[in-house]
Order: sequence, then structure tokens, then C-alpha cells
Amino acid sequence: MKNYVIKRIIFSIFILFFVTLIIYTLIRCLPASYVETMAMQLSTKPGAKPYEEWVAQLNASYGLDQPILVGYFRWLADFAQGRFGDSWRFTVPVIQKFKEVIGVSFVMGAISLVLELVIAIPLGVIAATKQYSKTDYAISASALVGISLPTFFFATILKLIFSVKLGWFDTHGLVGRNYAQLDAMGKFLDQARHLVLPIATLTIVSVGSLMRYTRTNMLEVLNADYIRTARAKGLSEGKVIYHHAFRNTLIPLVTIVGGSLPGLFSGALITETLFAIPGIGYTSYQAMTAGDIPFAMFYLSFLAVLTLAGNLISDILYAVVDPRVRLS
Amino acid sequence: MARKKAEGYLSGKESRRISKENRKTTNILEKKRKRKNVPESEYLTKMHDPANAVEFDNLHTYFFTDAGTVKSVDGVSFEVPVGKTVGVVGESGCGKSVTSLSLMQLLQRPQGQVVEGEIRLNLGDKAVDVAKMPYEAVQHLRGNFVSMIFQEPMTSLNPVFRIGDQLNEVIELHDGEGKSKEDVKKRTIELLEMVGIANSEGVYKMYPHELSGGMRQRVCIAMALACNPKVIIADEPTTALDVTIQAQVLDLLRNLKDKINSSIMFITHDLGVIAEMADYVVVMYAGRIVEKGTAEDIFYHPAHPYTIGLMASKPVVGKQVDKLYSIPGKVPNPINMPDYCYFKDRCEMCVEKCGGEYPCEVSISPTHKVSCYRYSDGQTPDAARNTEEKKGGTAS
Repeated sequence: MKNYVIKRIIFSIFILFFVTLIIYTLIRCLPASYVETMAMQLSTKPGAKPYEEWVAQLNASYGLDQPILVGYFRWLADFAQGRFGDSWRFTVPVIQKFKEVIGVSFVMGAISLVLELVIAIPLGVIAATKQYSKTDYAISASALVGISLPTFFFATILKLIFSVKLGWFDTHGLVGRNYAQLDAMGKFLDQARHLVLPIATLTIVSVGSLMRYTRTNMLEVLNADYIRTARAKGLSEGKVIYHHAFRNTLIPLVTIVGGSLPGLFSGALITETLFAIPGIGYTSYQAMTAGDIPFAMFYLSFLAVLTLAGNLISDILYAVVDPRVRLS
Repeated sequence: MARKKAEGYLSGKESRRISKENRKTTNILEKKRKRKNVPESEYLTKMHDPANAVEFDNLHTYFFTDAGTVKSVDGVSFEVPVGKTVGVVGESGCGKSVTSLSLMQLLQRPQGQVVEGEIRLNLGDKAVDVAKMPYEAVQHLRGNFVSMIFQEPMTSLNPVFRIGDQLNEVIELHDGEGKSKEDVKKRTIELLEMVGIANSEGVYKMYPHELSGGMRQRVCIAMALACNPKVIIADEPTTALDVTIQAQVLDLLRNLKDKINSSIMFITHDLGVIAEMADYVVVMYAGRIVEKGTAEDIFYHPAHPYTIGLMASKPVVGKQVDKLYSIPGKVPNPINMPDYCYFKDRCEMCVEKCGGEYPCEVSISPTHKVSCYRYSDGQTPDAARNTEEKKGGTAS
């Protein structure tokens, strides 16, 4: 197992190298160039140098006069040494900006993931055990509704009902109007209140697919021969389902949950934008449209690392729940 | 109930009507089965003969499918005497397994339902009618009084639990009172040794995927025998195994049966295995029993044309044939059974009466019963039939 993990990590580093190379190339080829926008602005000032001179000067100072490959290896050298540089768009160190915005996205992602698991798995199991009953139809139909609803539409509906009509929550923002006057507890509650609708949106929109996945897997397991054996032993129905069948249903679920690790940090661009929450999704979008290479590179490589780590973790978890894939 | 058109096509309307009707029927039956705290008197019964372990009496098990009702078991009656082995033979889909699953109440729910008849099970001090029992009550019989060895050893064990844990579970469930963990483990190891697993301590800690098919089948047998059940149902226990392992498993079953004196209901389509194992043989065809009797009756004096065909289609060692005999035609559509003898269309020995309704059971000797018009006027099976064939039937 240890050797396997080491081998996987070495492979991951290789993959990471190529992934970052591709990302860097793509970003350099984007039509959105920070330098060109800057040069345009600077050259319109009275008595300024012409646009071409500004472009040449800025390109030299930002290191964009180099070919893509050279630029990539320079970035890689810095990245490997932990120098992530300054964000061009936000004019602060990348790390500082990242730390500012990741918190709220992570909290949103983590809470909605936990809610998803807590809601989807039991409901999926219930739907499977009562296949073709009214309960099953109700659960499956609501799962389908959840999957089909686009985020922007559902978020707007929630806002209309709970903010405009009922007035329970604010329509947008992370803090209320009188946030500054509140004590620590009040501040916490105020933020929590502002996160209710975004988290509800995230959860409901993504809970459906996990629920259907659980249902399908559970159905498959319930029709397996070993479930009949378990029943033939005289075990109670509850024991058959929650002990014998559930352990087997967990196997495919683990891959899904392991794969959702990067989702915790990637933020939710649409939801964050709709609710005007300054999270990582919204920030990275801004950085990318402005051609902010250091921030975009940091964010995307970070996600690549997390995706690889997520895969590794789900493989390890796989071995934990399924003895058949345990490697000696 | 639902009738299928001759071409086998169902219109959407018809199909919807069938599913609706099915749901109505199965819901009523399911509700009855799911009741809690049913008084015992409701399903207590008396054995017709106390020397029997199980009596199937006019059992009807139907599957309510979207294409119509499949009468998988349609009026089956036979007995399993205490301490004897009854072989049930017949081709695939003739209702052998469904009969045994009805006894365990392990039918695919809610489609599969016992709709009529009695399954009387002798529990020693009392007898119960399994066909009337609610699910809750049947649970206490499974594994304890009746246990089952399934035909697929490769998939019958839960892949994520250790062999030891899976065996301990049965013992703890039925025999666990006053037993410590060590006692249970000791019993499990003992069982593993009893079924001929040499490295029992090692196997105790293994997962199913670490064992071969034969070993897994032994584990399944150990599991079925764990609580000394009165009736063991062996549903094609050797079908998935190679011949040498088959012989070992059969030996094992025979020895164990003598050791704990239980009855075995042995389901197979391998006539050689039946000849070796069974005291009584029941031949099923399309959900009904066509012939039953002692092993000698069936192998030396087969009476029903289907049994005769079966015997003829079995390869015989030392006899050279160009082409092995096979019964012509195929089984009728289970959804739309004819109202005359089900075997008539494939039968080479038809008599005039065969066009009439399904023949009733005729006794041709005290132990030997057959459903065929050829014997309805009291004649005995044709003694002048190919003697070589009959000898071959028992030699294997």
C-alpha cells in the first residue's frame, strides 16, 4: 500500500507538470491581456508615450516578452519555490487575496457537501428499498426536479420567496447593514444568516444526482445474490439493508465523495455572483477575465493539485471499504 | 387475468391495465404479509403425516409481471420425509427453484407471490403453514429450521465481510444465547472443519474473493448447516463447480445429512447427481409435477413421456451415439399456458385423450404417481421399453 501511494504521488507530479503547462499556454493565448488593457489606459493620458511603446515596456516588465515555454519554466521555478507572485488585477500578493476569499467559499462548499450526503444517502436508500412505491416516486421526482433546475433560476426563486415576499433573509451580500455594530456572536449569526440561501441553492441543485446515484447502486446491491443469502440466514430486513447492503453501496459512493474534494475549494461562480458573495469562484472569474496570470495560474494549479489528491484519496478509501481492491 | 395476444405483442393500453391490476393484487398480498404481531394460531397447522418434514400441498406461486401473470408453480404437491433426500428435476424455468424459494419466502417481491396452497413445515413440537406466515415470523424459521444452499457460490457471499463474520452472524442470530464470542468462533471453526476446509483458522479471517468456487460453496454449506436445520434446500449446489469438486460436495452433503439427520430438498437438472443422492424424485415440467416416485420408480420405470425423454437425452458411458437425443419443441409460453396437457405439443406418445383438459394425477404403484392420459385406465408403464437406457440411468 505504501509503495502504491508513493508511486501514485510520483505519477501525480508528472501529471501536474503537464496540466500546468497546458493551463499556462492557454492563458497566454487568451485574448484578454492585462498588459494591453493597461497600455491602452496609460497611452490615453495627456503627454503619454504611444500605445506600442507602453505595450513593449509593460511586456518587458511583466515578463510577457519571453516565449511561452520560457515563461512557463520561469513560473514553474517560482511556483516550486513557493513564490506565487502578486496579483495583477488586485495588486496584492496572490496568497493574501486567496486567503481573503477562500474562507467563505470553503464554508459554503463544506456545509452543502455535508448536507448533500446527509440528505441524499438516506433518501436514496429509502427510495431503493421501497422501489416503485409512492415514497420512491416522490423522492425520484424531487431528485429530478433538483437536477433539472438551473442554479440562476432556482436562486432567483428562493430570493423571491424568502427575501422579497417573506423578508426572512437579505437578497445578497455576506453581511447586513449594521454588521459593524454587532458583537462577535452577532457578527457570526449575521454571516450565517446571509449564507442560508446560497447554501440551500448549492445543496438542492446538486443533491439530486447523488440521491439517484445512491438509489441505483442500492437497487443493484439489493438484487445481488449475497443479499438473498443474508435473508436466508434469517436476518431482519433492517440488518440486511443497513449492514449487508449498505456497506456494498458505499463502495461507489466513496469515489464520488473523494472526487468532490476540489469542489470544496473551487467555489461556486454562479451562486456567488448571484448572491454577491466575495468567494473564490467569483474572484477567480474576475482575475481570468482581466488576464491576471499569477492569480489564475495559482488558482488553477491549486485545483489541479486538489483533483489529483482527491483521486488518490478516493482510491485509498476504495481500498478501505472494498477488501477486493486492497493491495498487498 | 391478462391474456397476451397470439403474436406476443402488448399494446400500451393493455400493458398499463395489467400493471394496474398487478399492483392491486400484490398490494393486498403484501399488506397481509407485512402485518406485525400476527397471532400464531393463524398459521399453525397439522402435518398430514408426522413423518414428513415438509408437505407442499397444491402450491401456486405466481409472478405478476408487466406482460401478464406467470404461473411459475401451478398446483404442486409433494412431501419431503424426515431424514430423506428428495430430488427435484426439470428443465430451466420449470419452477424448481421457485418452489423452494416459496418455502423460504425469498421470492422476488412484490411480483412473486404465493397465491394459493399450503406449505406445511414440521417444527417438531408443532407445524406451521409457511404460505400463510407474515414476513416477520418467517425470519425466525430461516437459517434455523430451513436453510438454503444457493447455486452461485461465487456471488452468494457478501464480498465486504470476512468469512468468519458471515458465519458468526448466523450462529449469533439463532444459537447465540449465552454464548461468548469465543464460543461462537469455536463453533464457526468447527463448522469450517466439518465441511472439509483444512486451513479453517486462516479461512476464518479471509474475504470471499480470496477463496476458490469450491471453497466458497463449502462456506455456503457450512452457513446453511450452522444451526442444524431440519430441512436443507440445496438449489443446484454443484452446477457452478467442476466435476471433481462436485463429487466432493455431494459426498459432504450426504455425510452431513446423516450426521444431523435432516431432510434435503435437492434441486438440480443433473440426473446423474439425482440418481446418486435422492431417495425420492419429483419431476417438474412447466410449473407442474408430471411424475413423482422413489428414485427406483423414476429411473427404472419412467412413466411420463417427459421423464422418458429426459432419461433418453442423457449421455451414457460406453454407448456410442452419433447424435444425443433431445426432446423436440420447446416449453409453452408461461404467460399463456394451453388448457390441455402442457407437454402434448412435444410428446411423441400422444393418445386421443390428450386433447382434453390437463390430466390429473394417477397412481401406478403406491409410491409412483404420474400425470398422463396413457395411464388413466390403470395400465402400468410399458415394460418392453429399451432396457439398456434404464440401466444407463442409474449407472452414473
